[in-house]
Amino acid sequence: MTRVGRIRLVVIIAAIGALEVACRTGLIDRRIVIAPSDMAASLAGILASGEINSDIVQTLGVIAAAVVLSVIFGFALGLLIHALPRVREVLDPLFATYYAVPIFIFYPVLIAIFGLSLVPILLIGVATAMVAMTIATLNGLDRVPRVLTKVARVHRMGRLATALRLQLPAAAPYLFTGVKLSVSYGFIAVIASEFILAPAGLGRDIADAYADFNNPRMYALMLFLLIVATFVNMVLHAWDLRWAERRGREPS
Amino acid sequence: MSAARRAADTLAIAIVLLLMWQALHFVVGETALPRPVPTLAYLARLVTTARFAENAAATATAFAVALILAYGIGLAIGVWMGAHRLSGAVGEPILVALYSLPKITLYPVILLIFGLGISGKMAFGALHGVLPVALLTMAAIRNISPVYLKTARSLKLSRWQTIMTVLFPATLPEVVSGLRIGLTVTLLGVLLAEMFASKQGLGFLIMNAMSLLQTEEMIAVAVLLFAFAALANALLLWIEHRLHRRV
Repeated sequence: MTRVGRIRLVVIIAAIGALEVACRTGLIDRRIVIAPSDMAASLAGILASGEINSDIVQTLGVIAAAVVLSVIFGFALGLLIHALPRVREVLDPLFATYYAVPIFIFYPVLIAIFGLSLVPILLIGVATAMVAMTIATLNGLDRVPRVLTKVARVHRMGRLATALRLQLPAAAPYLFTGVKLSVSYGFIAVIASEFILAPAGLGRDIADAYADFNNPRMYALMLFLLIVATFVNMVLHAWDLRWAERRGREPS
Repeated sequence: MSAARRAADTLAIAIVLLLMWQALHFVVGETALPRPVPTLAYLARLVTTARFAENAAATATAFAVALILAYGIGLAIGVWMGAHRLSGAVGEPILVALYSLPKITLYPVILLIFGLGISGKMAFGALHGVLPVALLTMAAIRNISPVYLKTARSLKLSRWQTIMTVLFPATLPEVVSGLRIGLTVTLLGVLLAEMFASKQGLGFLIMNAMSLLQTEEMIAVAVLLFAFAALANALLLWIEHRLHRRV
């Protein structure tokens, strides 16, 4: 591990340790925050009992579905818009504004239309995550070096072969950025929806535990979600680094 | 592209969105989604009522304070981490990790600390806004071309002069990008807080309208917030482009 990495680890452990000490000594009221070790113990108990298994499956399932739909349709939309420059010109201001407006405020509207089910959650997840993929696809296609299209012409490659063997690999890093953003947005939108109003799910569980003043349960569930989100982000980051390294080593 | 053509494009988008709204109305029916024109007329009436003024003022106050906190703390962290390399190297991945977490999960903690009043909304909004402001400010300071600093040194500028005439103008465009994104996510944070547990504010108004099945009011407020965010973003983008062109 590098020196910076070691210092970072020490900083994180010190922060958790300080919270533990502050809670144990009563510096922080137990009714506000419980000690990290208590959170972990409570989480272990909840996971062992299996009582939240169905909620885990539901929440992670909806997030996965939203991300997969966003990536597929976002990519397809990006391809389509890239092929139509005039349409793109018109849509550019919309893309520049999309993530500046709180799309989430339309979640209640979706509930009014589709009822209180998983459909509005899935739709708000796709609405939040898909445009990031479309923007990333457009970026990626813009940055395919022109020399590659010439190479394709020299080798008399067909359109499909050019797309699959040259354009797609060249745009891949940007597409992966789109996937990463979609995952992140998908998580946020689905959890936020469950939090505000949902029939079930981990976000709903946390909101319920808060309403019941059940701090051990609330903090355990929060810890679980934060661990899952951090783990997913770290895996994506590691893939990104590995691919960047491989591309760096290839003779260009 | 000319300004007239850009205006025409924006108008085209607005018209297409309205047509899609109208089309969706025919599919799902009047109770689920009212027609655009009556909803906008309702909005025009709504903004003149005292009820609206009260809730808009609550949101505006929470948003303004949250924004000041987010900008102040975010800029301080960004400058510190940008100027001090080790802190930046240690802290950046932590900030990036926090940035991509669903912060809504932490809202109950904020509620337990600050209570149900307006201070919780401010804290939650600021929590959202701090991270992008800090990250982009840090990047801006790190990316300053070394030539600028060498020029400042060879001109024997004082520390203060270097900051005011070299560092500040050089980092401004990127810092403004951070402030723009900070504004957006701070607004989202305040609205989420109002939607979850609040008895005041525009986010509350939307949730309240939903539980009373007043779809017209719900959509009217959502459209208004949408328009506000889009305008604020467009204004800051315009400033940003001007700054980028100057550098």
